[in-house]
Formats: sequence, structure tokens, C-alpha cells
Amino acid sequence: MKTAASARMRLIGMIRKESLQILRDPSSIAIAFVMPVVLLLLFGYGVSLDARHIPLAVVVEQPDTNTTSLIGAFQRSEYFKTQSFNSIQAARRSFDLREVFGIVWLRNDFSERLLSHGNAPIGVIVNGVDANQARITEGYIQGVWQVWLGSYAHSQGVELSLPVALEPRIWFNAAVRSRNFLVPGLIAVIMTLIGAMLTSMVVAREWERGTMEALMVTPIRIGELVIGKLVPYFVLGMGGMLLSVAMALWLFDVPLRGSFWVLTAASALFMLVALGMGLLISVVAKNQFVAGQISIIITFLPAFILSGFIFQISSMPEAIQAITYIIPARYYVAILQTLFMAGDIWPIVLSNSAALAVMMIIFLGLARRKMHKRLDA
Amino acid sequence: MNTLRRIVALAVKELLAILKDKKSRVVLIGPPIAQLLVFGYAATFDLDNIPVAVYNEDRSAPSRELVARLTGSVHFDIVGHLDHDAQIAPLIDNKGALMVLHLGPQFSEYLKRGKTASVQLIVDGRNSNTALLALGYLRTILTDFNIDWSRQNGLPGPPASLQIRPWYNENLVSRWFIVPGIVGLLSLVITTIVTGLSVAREREAGTFDQLLVTPMRPVEILAGKSIPGILIGLIEGSFILLVVIFWFEVPLRGSLGALYLGLFFFLLSAVGIGLMISSLAVTQQQGILGAFLFLVPAVILSGFATPIANMPEIVQQLTWINPMRYFMVILRGVFLEGDSFGLLYNQYWPMAIIAIVTLSLAGWLFRNRMN
Repeated sequence: MKTAASARMRLIGMIRKESLQILRDPSSIAIAFVMPVVLLLLFGYGVSLDARHIPLAVVVEQPDTNTTSLIGAFQRSEYFKTQSFNSIQAARRSFDLREVFGIVWLRNDFSERLLSHGNAPIGVIVNGVDANQARITEGYIQGVWQVWLGSYAHSQGVELSLPVALEPRIWFNAAVRSRNFLVPGLIAVIMTLIGAMLTSMVVAREWERGTMEALMVTPIRIGELVIGKLVPYFVLGMGGMLLSVAMALWLFDVPLRGSFWVLTAASALFMLVALGMGLLISVVAKNQFVAGQISIIITFLPAFILSGFIFQISSMPEAIQAITYIIPARYYVAILQTLFMAGDIWPIVLSNSAALAVMMIIFLGLARRKMHKRLDA
Repeated sequence: MNTLRRIVALAVKELLAILKDKKSRVVLIGPPIAQLLVFGYAATFDLDNIPVAVYNEDRSAPSRELVARLTGSVHFDIVGHLDHDAQIAPLIDNKGALMVLHLGPQFSEYLKRGKTASVQLIVDGRNSNTALLALGYLRTILTDFNIDWSRQNGLPGPPASLQIRPWYNENLVSRWFIVPGIVGLLSLVITTIVTGLSVAREREAGTFDQLLVTPMRPVEILAGKSIPGILIGLIEGSFILLVVIFWFEVPLRGSLGALYLGLFFFLLSAVGIGLMISSLAVTQQQGILGAFLFLVPAVILSGFATPIANMPEIVQQLTWINPMRYFMVILRGVFLEGDSFGLLYNQYWPMAIIAIVTLSLAGWLFRNRMN
């Protein structure tokens, strides 16, 4: 009984010491609360794949009612902001200076060919440098074209009859708002950062300042040391997480279709993984410079690029896909995007949570094993 | 003469401080190379092998032909055939397929009678960008099918058709867009971290006070601390450029000189920001935190992955103070658009101003922030 009581005392003492350290050094609190707010604000507004008012040059060599109705269709579209040019050369100059993203070019025989044998060409040039944006713009241009074809046929007194027409239904995000999937993904990126940043420097700092030696001579056990360091940061990290979720719901209007408790449980699990990762880094590095470097390198960029938050994992080469399995953010992004947009879909939530649980055991286990109470290690 | 000698001595000392530690050395060389390769392949918006399930209630020759066009496309991968409605929802929910193509029982009948046959497409919208792109690919297949069907059956085609030509990146390979950006991304990360800790480390060790009492003037300290960061950034940046050109085979169409001038100004501003953060920080932890608080928004708000034009007006204005924004334009301009100095003029001077302002502030902070 006595050992249990003293273990509890040691643990409480350790947690108290770490909590005081957090409270007295404002940088930890800044990481946990200020960082999610700032980052989510910046990213929530900054990262968007929804193009609006794309600047488009319009060149009509021989204006008449047909060209006016076609150009009118572009002008009415919220996706484009048109700008008229007298010649293709003038439009090209503007295109080279990146003032316009694309050019729509109706040559002087447009109406003639439209009325005679059909299939009149509408020349379109888009800036392909940003391939994704170019593809999306092409999609919008096709949309405008189809709307115009319908109204043109109508004006000629015929029904436009396409052999096959597509009726797309986009589930979970009918308005195709990129923010709905980016904001939950950002929470995963931000939580990875915060979890790893919070802990990655704590042990390294103890080594550098020499206070690790002071801890070694106390009767504290390694397991207690690990738990004592984790608990305060866990509480802090979860606070930051709740703040981010609140912002997602009320500031960015992202729907939460799954249950809040499932979200909290999955986030707690992920927080432990991220803290474990940070702790492992700090145990291995033993120096704040290296610990900081490693945590930036292995957390932010992989969470940003390899988690499926913005780039689709299934499109990556096999070897890269294999690497994504060791990125914890990958599982958390999958859980978050599903919970926010689709609901409690258990096969996805459970399989990804299981992967997170395995990673948690590995990281914390390794951190525990690598942390020696010896000076030579 | 003495000034130069003192600056060189400090620069050498700084370089040694970074390079003599084996772990710091590894951290500077290993991860950037690994990240370049991994991200170069991973960071793409192009979709291949989109998992599609087909629910074909028609099973006639025309419907099979349409499905065969999907099978033949590199973009799609048919993962299953469904035979009733109830199978659709679980398949999409569990991400078994990104989309389900549903051809009704009267598909071929409508088609043969010259009525429009509608085809339902259910798309998982959890990633709206992927959903839009996949929808775009499928639309293209359907448009081609329509043209061929009309021609085979002697029906009139559409009165006007689009001839879309992408310039500078004719096949719309998104890797050509992302990979040059990685040059900026990684050299920014490395340079900021190297310089972001250089003053904080000395402050923690107490050697910065010693440095201040040496005959070195603040300007000399500033130069001595900047040179290693720029040197490391230039070397790593050049190496990454080689990989981009020879490994990823992104075409380099413009002037290499224009690119290097951009890299130099970019590194100079990164060093200025790094030193500013470093001299504000009391501890290395604060230095890392500061570097981080700068790096993350700098990357996100640079146009590296998502276009600046899509951001709200206020955020767009914020990007004017981000040096990476300008360097992204230079990188892509030189690589893909074949730009030279003339077209990039407006990208250089803002970086130069950022560098001057941040370096001066850093120099001022050296002296005025003693604790």
C-alpha cells in the first residue's frame, strides 16, 4: 500500500512540476491556445480551392448577336470576370503578364460556321502552370458552354438533344465547398504541430539545462516520468483541440454530422500519438536545436502533404502510399473528414482509430524505453 | 580590411557551430533530400485510378461501350459492379469507391429513340477538389461518347465546340507546378531554422554578451550571422534544383540567372526574418517556436499549394509581406513560362525591401534587446 501511495505522490509531484513549468513559461500556453486560433484563422481563410471571378480575356473578331449571347453567358457566370480585348495579340500580352488566367477567342467566321455546318470552334487558352486550377477552370468553361448550347438551341426553336446527359450528385458536400474538407484536415495538421511541438522540447531542455541529472537522483521511475510529462500537455492540447472544433463549427460553418463524443475520443487518441511522437523526438535528440528541427521536419510538412488532407493518397505512387501509413495524421484526417461531413461511419472510425492506438503504443513504448536514468546513455 | 576579416571569422565560427555537431549536420542534409523525393511524388492533384463502381441496369451494347471507356481510361479503376440501389450508400460511405455510375434500365432504349438518356453519377464529396476533378474526367469521357454516338448515328453535333489549349503545361501535369515550388519551400525551412536559432543559442549560452563586447560592430555581427544561412540555403537550393531538373524532369525554359537572383533575394529575406526571430527570442525554444510561427503561414499563404487568388481580399493583402509568394512566381515563371529578368522585375524588389527591413530590425535588436 505504501508503495502505491508513494508512487501516486511522485506522479502528482511530477505533474505539478510540469504544470508549473508550463504556467511560468508562456510559450507552452501560446503553443496550445494562440497557435490553433491563429493558424485556423489563417488557413481557414487562406487555403481555398474554390475559384471565383477568374480573370478571363475575351476576343471577339466580329461581334454579332451570337457572339454577344455566348460572351454574355461568361459574363453572367460567377466564376469569371471578363475583360474585352480588340485583338488576340493584346489579349496575349495581358496573358503573359499574368493579368488574365485564360483567353476566349471567337474568330471572325464564328457566326458563319455556327449557322452553316455547325461545330464552330470556340478557341480557349488557359494558363496551365497551376494544372489543378487550369482543370477546374476548364470544367467551369465547359459548364458555361453547355448552358449556352441549351439557350442557343432554345432560341432557334429546337430542343438541344444530347445523346447522354450526366446527372451528378455530390454527396456530403452538395455545394462543393472546399472549406468543408480543408478545415477538418487543418485541425489534424494543427494538432500534429501542437502535440509534437509541446513535448518535443521538454526532455531535450532538461538534458540541456542539466536538470535531468537532478531528476535522476530522485526516486521517480521512468514510467512515472513519462506520464508526469504527458498529463499536463495532454490537458493543454485537448483545450486547443476543442477551441479548433468550436471555430470550425461556428466560424467556418463546417457541419458536424457525426457525434461530438466520437470526435473527442478520436482526438484524445490522436493527441496521445502526437505527444508520444514529440516525447520520443526529445528523448532521442537531447538537444533543443535538433529536437526542434526534427519536429518541424517530421510533423508539419508530412502532415500537410502526406496525410490526404489536400493531396489524394490513392493517386500517389505505391511506394509513397506505403510511407503514408506511418504518418499518424493520415488516420486522423480520415476520421475527421468523415465525422464532420458524413457522420459516424463506424468501419472508417474504428479502423483508423485502431491504427492510431497501435501508433500510440509504439511511440510511448519507445519513448519509455529510450529514456534511461543513466548519464552515459 | 579588418571588417572583412572579422566578418569572415564570425561566419566561419557560425558554420562550424552548425556543422560540428553530427546530429545538426544530419538534420540539415538528410531530411531535405528525403522530403524532396517524397513530396515530389506525393504532392500532386492529378488523379489516377479513381475507384469507380458501376451499377448498370441496362446491360445492352451501348451501355457496355460507355463502361468500357471508363475501363480504358488511366484515370479510372472499376472496383465493382453493383446490382441494387442499397449497395450504393455503404460503398460510398466506407470509401470503397469514390463514385458510382448508375445507368438506368432504359438507357439504351432512350438512346436509340433519340431521347436524352440520363446517367446518374454519385460522387463522394468529402474531398471537394477530388470530386470536381473526377467529375471533370468523367464529363470528358461522356462528351467524347456523345460525339462518337452522334457521328455513328448520323445525328447533328453541337453547333459550336470548345477547343481548349492549356499553355506552358500542355498536359496539365500538376507535378510541374508543385515540384519547382518545393525548391522555395525547403530552402526557406532550412535557412529560417539555421538562422532562427543562431542568436538564441548564444544568448542561452551567454556568449552573445561576449560577442557584443568584442570590437565587432552590429553590422559586422549581422553580416557574419547572415552569411552561413545564405551559403547553406544556396547550396541546398542548388542541389534541389538539380534534382528538380534531372530527376523530376521539369522543363527549365527560362533564364537560370533570373532564378538565382530570385533565390538570392529570397534567402536574404529569409535570413533577415530568421535573425529577427532569433534576436527576439530569449531561449532556443522560443526561437524554434518563432521560426515555426513564421514558416507555417509563409508556406500556406505563398500560393505553393492553393492559389492566392482564391483567398479573401484581406488575406491576399497579407501575402504581400510574404517573401515566398514572390519566389513562387519566379520559380514557376522561369521553369514553365520561360521568363527572364524583364517579366520578373516586380517580384525582385519586394523581396529586397523585406530583406532590408528585417535585417535592419535584426541589427537593431542585437543591441537593444539585452536581458
